[in-house]
Amino acid sequence: MSNILEVKNLEVEKNNEKLIKDLSFKVEEGKILTILGPNGAGKTTLLRALLNCIDYKGKIDWKVSNNEISYLPQSLSRKEFKRYPISVKDFFHLKTKKDKDIIEILKLVDLEDKIIDRNPSQLSSGQFQKLLIAWGLVGDPKVLLFDEPTTSIDIKGQETIYALLHRFWKERNLTILLVTHDLNVVYGYSNAVLCVNKKKLCSGIPKKILTPDLLEELYGTKVKFYKHEE
Amino acid sequence: MSQFLISLITTLFISAIAGYLGSLMFTKRMALVGGPLGHLALPGVALALVYNFNILWGAFLTIILGIIIIWGLEIKTKIPTEALTGIIFAAGVALGFLFLPMDHAKEALIGDITNIGKLDMILSIIFSILVFIVIRKIYLKFILIGISNDLAKSEEIDSRLYNFIYLICIAFIIALEVKIVGTFLPVALVAIPASIANNLSKNLKQYSFISLGVGALSGLIGVLLFKQTGFPAGPLIILTATFFFLLSLFYKKA
Repeated sequence: MSNILEVKNLEVEKNNEKLIKDLSFKVEEGKILTILGPNGAGKTTLLRALLNCIDYKGKIDWKVSNNEISYLPQSLSRKEFKRYPISVKDFFHLKTKKDKDIIEILKLVDLEDKIIDRNPSQLSSGQFQKLLIAWGLVGDPKVLLFDEPTTSIDIKGQETIYALLHRFWKERNLTILLVTHDLNVVYGYSNAVLCVNKKKLCSGIPKKILTPDLLEELYGTKVKFYKHEE
Repeated sequence: MSQFLISLITTLFISAIAGYLGSLMFTKRMALVGGPLGHLALPGVALALVYNFNILWGAFLTIILGIIIIWGLEIKTKIPTEALTGIIFAAGVALGFLFLPMDHAKEALIGDITNIGKLDMILSIIFSILVFIVIRKIYLKFILIGISNDLAKSEEIDSRLYNFIYLICIAFIIALEVKIVGTFLPVALVAIPASIANNLSKNLKQYSFISLGVGALSGLIGVLLFKQTGFPAGPLIILTATFFFLLSLFYKKA
């Protein structure tokens, strides 16, 4: 498989503080890469740099064009939709004008079409997250960037979200970059991992490289983890 | 064409488009910067009255100048926008009163629709339509910027450019409004219809058209009340809009 993304010597600075130092990595096409690291490790900053939302030094080389990348930021919460009388349909109109397509894609993520006239802020957090996935899938992107997609959802809801992502990854040949704290997700769903704490600590196949020692180095404390059996 | 008809048509166009424009003013930044813009028109109006040219151009000139100064200082000094707009607004008003011929004070402060000429009417119609077309084009994207700047950026929407376009539109409409509601009230005609629409609508289409409609209706009723009572039209238009706002609160609760 060829690389869909190559990052070389990436550096991001804010107010004279280095948020990311000398980070280089590659992402193969068709992988689910989990970006792992403690709070403040620069994970969200990394995603924002990859999307050209912030200034950076170094090289970021995507083999796909910008409009083939879909991004769902961590900062996007249901609250933000409260200020406007915006319906689910309006929100999707940013990407497609065809109502038929909208209903179809809502079905794919198991959302009923009657929510189309509601304000996204009125949905449950699980429904909202599904809505964002559906929104991200409009226009057949090749790459999905997800920043902690399940922070505010209960465990059962989280399983659903990751199962959905996994299904779309398989069906649509996607490459997914995922920021998460959840080690179960890393083992259960991703086939590549990048550990960062301002700089790169490790990268490779999760089951091979995520040793208890490494996790302790990453999070600065002993981490309980479960290694899934083949 | 009678003076009354000229006043009425001009008011209808401007108040409708002001309402429409206001439906995008919900981002915090825009509400902060938009508020004092009308006051920035005062020195321009004063200049126009002294040197005897159309107050529309005077108002537009000093509003744009004020925006440039605020933006420039914001980038240079990193002082919060609300503090800067407060300072520039106060300086603008002070400067305006320094030059304002006092026999024209009432016109400059609360507007005078009997003073609208045919050329003003034509300009108002043209600018209103232009602004409508521009805003319609950027509407959805602007809303996305309000919801999440990161999301907008990832969709390749340049928020700085859109903010700038929006500010220029606001500057034009507020300059046009000065003839109708004066330099102290123009932002009300931008903000109130949108607040009403926000209480009444379920989607963006309803929201934008109710904003536009309420703006136009307030303008119409205000001008008719002016004809009946002889009170100045500007305050009547704003009070009509305020009355609708109170009504919409009851509807919202029901």
